Amino acid sequence: MIVAEKKPMEEIIEEVKRFENILVLGCNECVTVCEAGGKKEVGVLASALRMFFLKQGRKMRIDERTLERQCDPEYLEEIRDVADGYDAVVSLACGVGVQFTAEHYPNLPVYPGVDTCFMGVTEARGMWTERCQGCGRCILASTGGICPVARCAKRLFNGPCGGSSDGKCEIGKDTVCAWQLIIDRLRALGRMEEYERIAPIKDWSTDRAGGPRKIVREDLAP
Amino acid sequence: MSTKTPSRLEKILAAGHRAVTSECGPPRGSDPAVIEKKAALIRDHVDAVNVTDNQTSMTRMCSLAACIRLKQMGLEPILQMVTRDRNRIALQSDILGAAAFDICNVLCLSGDHQSFGDCAQGQNVHDLDSMQLLQTVRRMRDDGKFLGGDDIARPPQMFVGAAANPFADPFEIRVLRLAKKVSAGAEFIQTQCIYNLDKFEQWMTQARDRGLTERVSVLAGLTPMKSAGMARYMKNRVPGMDVPDEVVSRLADTPKEKQPEVGIDICVEAIERLKDVEGVAGFHIMAIEWEEKVAEIVERAGLYPRPEV
Repeated sequence: MIVAEKKPMEEIIEEVKRFENILVLGCNECVTVCEAGGKKEVGVLASALRMFFLKQGRKMRIDERTLERQCDPEYLEEIRDVADGYDAVVSLACGVGVQFTAEHYPNLPVYPGVDTCFMGVTEARGMWTERCQGCGRCILASTGGICPVARCAKRLFNGPCGGSSDGKCEIGKDTVCAWQLIIDRLRALGRMEEYERIAPIKDWSTDRAGGPRKIVREDLAP
Repeated sequence: MSTKTPSRLEKILAAGHRAVTSECGPPRGSDPAVIEKKAALIRDHVDAVNVTDNQTSMTRMCSLAACIRLKQMGLEPILQMVTRDRNRIALQSDILGAAAFDICNVLCLSGDHQSFGDCAQGQNVHDLDSMQLLQTVRRMRDDGKFLGGDDIARPPQMFVGAAANPFADPFEIRVLRLAKKVSAGAEFIQTQCIYNLDKFEQWMTQARDRGLTERVSVLAGLTPMKSAGMARYMKNRVPGMDVPDEVVSRLADTPKEKQPEVGIDICVEAIERLKDVEGVAGFHIMAIEWEEKVAEIVERAGLYPRPEV
């Protein structure tokens, strides 16, 4: 999933304080799972904003709504009939949802209510960790299913570096060394001989480096 | 053994001499006198001098410019290049720039993470890793080709090296990793500072068993300790460093004013012991901000005078 984190209240207040009618718009997908921007968080943020502005003596309308997804046109259409009634939207979706909402409502200011962090997993209750950077050419087959692009601080294809210590990364003792994981896994799978192959220079043209990416599936196009 | 480049370091090793290298860290400013002063202290006692590339991610004068200064003084520089700060265009370009000044040694590294330095908020590049940089330099030299496939007019003539840390984890792959660096094209290796001599010897045994010492010249890395405080810091704070307790206690049990002397003793004793280890082709003495001691270490270790080649 795409993992996000709630933005500080002060930052959101600073963005929306000049408006009177605000829609706090949640998303029922990833940000719900990572408890940053689902229906529950929409309710919490909307109440907090109402309270804050009430204390300031401001009369504001702050509504709540949560869409199934903000990354799909059909769900964004669900607010078409009410959108004109708002001066601004605070979207609690990931950066994708914030942008797509803005694209659909060109005259409506849309502000991010979360910081979009990474593609990751729920490793434990209340802990999410990164797994993928979407480089566009998956190499997991050769690294025992553990991604050095996303999980090595230097994205080394032929690690570990000299800073690996007791299974931890040189950047800090709470960061696992991805290459320690890769080696442990290759050993467990009886595939250590794969470690000895030098990984070739990566083609980054399918990564961010190649410019904004696009997939077109002719078989699915209308 | 024939040589492939004009490198003096390569010639020394090919002739079967024990090589001695040291390093100069460029200043955090633009004054060339700093690097020239360090170079003058070591020039007669070493075969070649590494110039570090923004070590510990602290922004400094660039390695290439400092190498050119050394070259102009008649020293033989080893250009250290990290993959942290430059993509493949910049790396190839700087290799050509170095070759334009006939700098003929390069050490390929990934570099410390930027979070250790003064630009912790900066990006890191790591377009290539250190093994891929080794391959790149060898391709540029041996095939006369850019990574993109075009021919290079006057290919760089560089003796190509890499670092190895016998003490990082997991230990079981440390020699496999050395083997990968050799396959990628490393012709010489400079190791991380050695304090745990037993573990280093164990690593060398494994390297010999795989026939690696026949294919690459291993220079044992040594850094003299100035004090017990430095020993404790290296032991506890520097990732991938193995400082045995007896080294720390030997310094700690020495009166403070005598600690630098004992630090030099430990270094010289280590060289004496490692001279007998089969496959150790020389020594890389990294006297960090203590360059004035290199001559003494080299002389006391019986590595002076340096051979003419």
